[in-house]
Amino acid sequence: MNIGDAAITAVFGYAVVFVGLLILMAVIYCMGAFFKSREAKFADEKDDTPAQTEVKTEPVQKTEKPVAKGSAGRIKLYDVPDKEAAMIMAIVADTMKKPINELHFISIKEVK
Amino acid sequence: MDILETLKTLASESGFAGFFSIDGLKNLVMILISFFLLYLGIKRKFEPLLLVGIAFGCLLVNVSNFFSGGESSAEALYHPELWDAFLDHDSEFYHSYGHIMANGGLLDILYIGVKSGLYPSLIFLGVGAMTDFAPLLANPKSLLLGAAAQMGVFLAFFGAVCLGFTGEEAASIGIIGGADGPTAIFLTTRLAPHLLGPIAIAAYSYMALIPMIQPFFMNLLTTEKERKVVMTQNRKVSKTEKIIFPIVVAVFVILLLPSTAPLIGCLMLGNLWKECGVTERLSDTVQNALMNIVTVFLGISVGATTVGSRFLNLQTVGIIVLGLTAFCFSTIGGLLVGKLMYKLSGGKINPLIGSAGVSAVPMAARVSQIEGQKANPKNFLLMHAMGPNVAGVIGSAIAAGFLLAVFK
Repeated sequence: MNIGDAAITAVFGYAVVFVGLLILMAVIYCMGAFFKSREAKFADEKDDTPAQTEVKTEPVQKTEKPVAKGSAGRIKLYDVPDKEAAMIMAIVADTMKKPINELHFISIKEVK
Repeated sequence: MDILETLKTLASESGFAGFFSIDGLKNLVMILISFFLLYLGIKRKFEPLLLVGIAFGCLLVNVSNFFSGGESSAEALYHPELWDAFLDHDSEFYHSYGHIMANGGLLDILYIGVKSGLYPSLIFLGVGAMTDFAPLLANPKSLLLGAAAQMGVFLAFFGAVCLGFTGEEAASIGIIGGADGPTAIFLTTRLAPHLLGPIAIAAYSYMALIPMIQPFFMNLLTTEKERKVVMTQNRKVSKTEKIIFPIVVAVFVILLLPSTAPLIGCLMLGNLWKECGVTERLSDTVQNALMNIVTVFLGISVGATTVGSRFLNLQTVGIIVLGLTAFCFSTIGGLLVGKLMYKLSGGKINPLIGSAGVSAVPMAARVSQIEGQKANPKNFLLMHAMGPNVAGVIGSAIAAGFLLAVFK
C-alpha cells in the first residue's frame, strides 16, 4: 500500500467512524425523546388519578416494621433506590476508613 | 543401559543446552522479559488478570521451545511452524485445525480460540454484561467523543504504512490506539496473525499505563478553568430504553459494517442479558465464570505467541513505538473534541471527559474523575466520563470493522 492510499484510507476510516456514531447518536436522541414524552404523559395521567380517587379512599395506616437487632435506626431515602443507597454508604465508610456499622446515616437525597 | 550415553542424551535434550544458540539466547531474553511482565502484573498490579497469564504463557513457551532447523522441539507447548502451515495457501495443512489438534502442544490447542476469534468475542459478551450504557443514553453527545478518540488508530495506521508495514499489518498496529484488547486481538488474528504477540502485549501494557499516559495530555491540552467545570447531573434513563438500546445498536451497527458482527453482536447480547431482567443467571455467568475462563485461555495463549526467535526483532520495537503513538493521539483526539464541546456548550461540558473516549473501560473514565477532582474537589466526572468510555468501545469496534472490510 502506498502512502497516498494509506492517507485516504485513514481519513475515510476516521470519517466512517464519525458518521456511524453520529447516526447512532441521532437514533439515541430520537429514542430518548420518545421515552421522555411517554414518561411525561404517564406522569400527567398519574397526577390526574389521585384527584379522582382521593374522596373515595380512606387513608391507609402504615405499620412500621420493627427495627432489626443492632440496627442504628432507619434511613430516609429521597429518590434513591436501595441498591444505590447501599453503594453510597459503602463508599462513605471506605472513604472515612470506618466500619459501616459504626456509622449512622440519617438520609440520602438525590441532588438535582 | 549405558549411563554415560543416557546422561549425554539428557544433557543435549535439556532446555539448558538450547540456550547455547542464537535462538536460545533470544529465548533467554524473553524469559527475562516474562519475569519483568510478571513483576508488573503482580507487584505493580498492571492489568494483572491478563498480564500475569500473558507473562506466564511467554515464560512457558520460551522454556519449552528451542528451535533447531526451523522446527520446534518435540516437547514444545506451542509450535509456530504449525501455524505457518495453517496460514500458508500452498500448504496441504492450510486452515487445517485437525493438523493442529493432532500435532500441537497444549498452547497450540488453546490458541485455536484466539485464531478463530472465539475468545475476543466471548470477552465482549462479558464486557457487554458488565457495562451500563445509561450514561451514554442520558448524554448521546458522548458518542462524538468516542469517535474522536479513534484518531490515534488511523494516525498510527498511516505512520505504520510510512514505516514500511503492509496495509494489513498497519491496520493491526493502528487498532492498539483503540485501547481495546479484545478488538486488537480480533483484528490482528484476521489481518496479521504473525504480529499478534507484540500487538497484544503493547495493547494491554498501554491500557494498564493509562493512569500514567493520559494525565500529561489532559493537563497539557486543557486550562485550569476548563478542568474545574462541574457538569450537571444526567437525566434518568428508563429500563425500557436500556433494553431497547442493545437491540438498536446491534441492528444498526452490524447493518452498517457487517464485519463488526462478532464483536458488536456479543457486546450487545451480553448487555441485553444484563438489562432485560429475565436472564440474570446468564448475565451472572458471562460476567463472572465465563469471563474468567476465557481470560485464563486468552492470556496464556497470547503469551504463547511470544517465541523469542520471532518476537525479538526491530518490527516489535516499531510496533511498541507506534502503539504508544496511537494511544497518545487517541487521547489527544478525545480531548480536542472535548474542548470543542466545552466551547459550543458555553462551558457546560468538562473537556476532561474527552480522554475517556479511548475504550479502556472503566480505567479511562476513572482517570478523568481523578484529574477533575484534582482541579476541583467538588467535581464528580465519573458518570459523565463513562458515556464517552462506552462509546469508545463501540467506536473502536466500528474502526476495526472498517479496517477489516478494507483489508480482508
